[in-house]
Amino acid sequence: MRRLEADVVIIGGGATGAGVFRDCCLRGMRSILVERNDIASGTTGRNHGLLHSGARYVVTDSHSAAECIRENRTLKHIAGHCIEKTDGLFISLPEDGLSYQQDFINGCARAGIPTEILTPQQALQLEPSVNPALIGAVRIPDGTIDPFRITSANILDAREHGGTLLSDTKAVGLIIRMGHVQGIQCRDQRTGELFEIRARQVINATGAWCHEVMEYADLSVDMYHSRGALLIMGHRLNGMVINRCRKPGDADILVPGDTVSVIGTTSTHVGRHELETLEVTDEEVRVLLEEGSKLAPEMMNARVLRAYCGVRPLVSLSSDGSDRTISRGLVAIDHAESDALPGLITITGGKLMTYRLMAEVATDMAVRHLGVSEKCSTASKPLPGALLSDQDKSKGKNVQVGGYSLADSSLPKTVAGSAVYRHGERAKDFVKEDSKWCNAVVCECEVVTRGEILYAVDQLNARSLSDLRRRTRVGMGPCQGEMCACRTAGLLAESRSDQIDALDTLQDFIEERWKGVRPVLWGDGLREAEFSYWVQEGLLGLGSLRQQATCAANAVDTTADHTTADHTAQDEERTA
Amino acid sequence: MNLFSLNGSGQNHDRSFDRCLKCTACSSQCPVSLVRPDYPGPKQCGPDGERLRLKSPEFMDDALKYCTGCKRCEVACPSNVRIADIIATAKQKYGDNSFKLREFLLSHTDLMGGLTRGSAPIVNKITSLKPTKILMDRGLGIDQRRSFPAYATKSFRSTFKSVASRQEQHARKVSYFHGCFVNFNDPQLGMDLVTVLNAMNIGVRLLQKEKCCGVPLVANGFHDKARANAEFNTSFCEQALESGSERIVSSSSSCSLMLREDYPDMLGVKNEKVQSRISFITRFLAGEFEAGNKPEMKPVNLKVAYHSPCHLIKAGGVLHTLKLLWDIPGLELQQLDSNCCGIAGTYGFKKENYETAQGIGEPLFQQIEESGCDFVVTDCETCKMQVEMSTSKKVLHPVNLLARSLMEE
Repeated sequence: MRRLEADVVIIGGGATGAGVFRDCCLRGMRSILVERNDIASGTTGRNHGLLHSGARYVVTDSHSAAECIRENRTLKHIAGHCIEKTDGLFISLPEDGLSYQQDFINGCARAGIPTEILTPQQALQLEPSVNPALIGAVRIPDGTIDPFRITSANILDAREHGGTLLSDTKAVGLIIRMGHVQGIQCRDQRTGELFEIRARQVINATGAWCHEVMEYADLSVDMYHSRGALLIMGHRLNGMVINRCRKPGDADILVPGDTVSVIGTTSTHVGRHELETLEVTDEEVRVLLEEGSKLAPEMMNARVLRAYCGVRPLVSLSSDGSDRTISRGLVAIDHAESDALPGLITITGGKLMTYRLMAEVATDMAVRHLGVSEKCSTASKPLPGALLSDQDKSKGKNVQVGGYSLADSSLPKTVAGSAVYRHGERAKDFVKEDSKWCNAVVCECEVVTRGEILYAVDQLNARSLSDLRRRTRVGMGPCQGEMCACRTAGLLAESRSDQIDALDTLQDFIEERWKGVRPVLWGDGLREAEFSYWVQEGLLGLGSLRQQATCAANAVDTTADHTTADHTAQDEERTA
Repeated sequence: MNLFSLNGSGQNHDRSFDRCLKCTACSSQCPVSLVRPDYPGPKQCGPDGERLRLKSPEFMDDALKYCTGCKRCEVACPSNVRIADIIATAKQKYGDNSFKLREFLLSHTDLMGGLTRGSAPIVNKITSLKPTKILMDRGLGIDQRRSFPAYATKSFRSTFKSVASRQEQHARKVSYFHGCFVNFNDPQLGMDLVTVLNAMNIGVRLLQKEKCCGVPLVANGFHDKARANAEFNTSFCEQALESGSERIVSSSSSCSLMLREDYPDMLGVKNEKVQSRISFITRFLAGEFEAGNKPEMKPVNLKVAYHSPCHLIKAGGVLHTLKLLWDIPGLELQQLDSNCCGIAGTYGFKKENYETAQGIGEPLFQQIEESGCDFVVTDCETCKMQVEMSTSKKVLHPVNLLARSLMEE
């Protein structure tokens, strides 16, 4: 059996795992991160994308609120290209009354969150999409954060500091010798190969799935899995985050993110066996639209692109209480202390906002055991992409988007601007002035170029269409990949023909898109889905191509067994 | 006032881009995209671009300036996205709004026409001189290869006075929005229109006052001025209908589209009191002919080639013109392929657009030269300028032809 070695192995490629990965690498530890699917494919990629000010929690959970505002400021500093400083409003509607507003403002003062009380007119002027029936509003420093980008930036930095990322790799067991956890057993999900990673510390950053890893060591944790559904609107309805100023409830936050707005969430308890089969129900869609349009009435007439849901990894420390009252605070368990099982650390609970803090806490635990003296620097060192900042801005460049600029670009602002918006100064790696071929637009809704796709494949470890979507927004626009999916699949297969089958990845992608579209299939979304179906199946004959491919593959399989062996050898080279 | 507001309510925004299915039918029909590979086309500049501009106004693409506003994209769109309006509005909302002399001079057609009153022959002489053309080219960016329409010695409004009194003899009356071109450059078309309608026993009145419809103003970024003109013209249309005119007719396909559709849709000026009673002239005449009110016509014995203007296509009016032309005896009619002529109002006058405009029109010019026709017929004044400048043919309005068939008695 193949065996890899490291100081630390991290299980889970969500924001927290990526944060631990970066922190470990920056502190000079040899680190490997294993992720069973792709980065940010679990809870991290299934939330609002809200850069909390903490204001949402000031009344119910002041500890979380204080954590949030601290991290809010830190992230604005280290991850500028993943964040928009939009600010947010907490609006009071006639049915809410103004009594909560006073508690809210007091709470913000306690947590150190700056507030500004606005008249309804002032609020409407700042944010024209807000419900004009509002009776009061408070402005707070909310913002938006792109969960995919922040995870990817952490991973990128870790890899540039010597870390190894193994995606599509599932941890299937812990190696426990003499009462010490000494590593993990893994399976490569693509080839089925089993292998070991020996490490002095295993950090379990699997969030909502952390009980699974703990069970490998016969440990248990009382997880409360709280499921939240959200809807993505077809365009950006609002410029600022809009919250309801009342006790946390369903569909009370509308977040603008990139080209869209996201309304959420609901909150329902789900059993652990349901974690892999989450579907948004009609009732949830109804509640989200009905309550959401009270925040911004325009929502009722706007196209809904998709519905999705995520699972909050809440840890219940007491037996009673519903999900909204359980703390959003982080939970870090050093099993050496709590269970006399050295070598294993579990980090869970918390939220996207506090991923960096969670990573710092978990890494601090690990360095104590490993005798490393480096201090955490993740709160001060900007992530790759966030460096563009001031020196470039001061030179007065041609393209400036949201405070970002790209030196002397003669490209259309939509092309250069979108690249910079998503990748910060790293856009320079693929925006080539002189290359028409490189700057050709592949996804027109989100303006993703051929160069960006190839950059994501080469530098950001994208191996499928869905991976590319998370790193570039390809296929995330109103058409949900109607044409760009085919173009991108072609590009991907061209550059990675040994590892990626274009039709397979296209099929997976289309099915994944369809899953999110299905719960909101009416109006323009329905027309779009129907049109896509006819283009892909009717015009391009995707279904019959797949059939032909299957027949051809069967014919090859019976004659040539050595091809499989070749593949395994190549994969080993890749992971080494 | 917010340009995005629909029907001036101030609440509803134009979100027609939300309906876009990304089918790209619009871009396949864009005349500019064909000759300018650096123009991303109506889909990317319109609905796609609008989503980006909502994210941040800094995503405003400079290439939007290449849009001619021909609206062929809107005709192609199966989802009723107001693509050209989205682009025009974005140019105004996010673009460079500083004052530009050239744009001012080109777009204030009624003001310019008014200034030439009494001095038309001199002005025509001066604007056709080589040194003047070079000066305008270098100084203003108005291309020297472009010929300017000649100003008439006597405006249509003055000429009309000679026939004004006898109009009231007719039982039925319509009011005529003549527009700047007829008033200052082509009074004969206006007089022909009076002749034709009189022959059908319909009297013609003018609006008590009218200003430029606003098409060139919108195209050159003077939206506020256009809106003021829209309110002015709409109120005089209302007054005309209240005082006994049964309709407002216009002989310009672009003016009538503006008066009828774009006032409420693009400028947010309410015109529902008059909207349904504003007609492009051929639509009105074709209706009359069909109802049996057809003047006696003599064979014209001409071969003509008909060019359909983009804005008439957008208004759905080409069929009405064709029906009229089919009714003219002795007329051999060739329908030219549906191609934009390229001038797009003031667009083609600008130095940076000259090559684009002529490139767009090239297939049309070629077909015209090969047609062997005596005249080209079209409904639009700027198409007329473009075709007369770029081909060896003279251009008539359908109403000119109708008048000929009456007068050749």
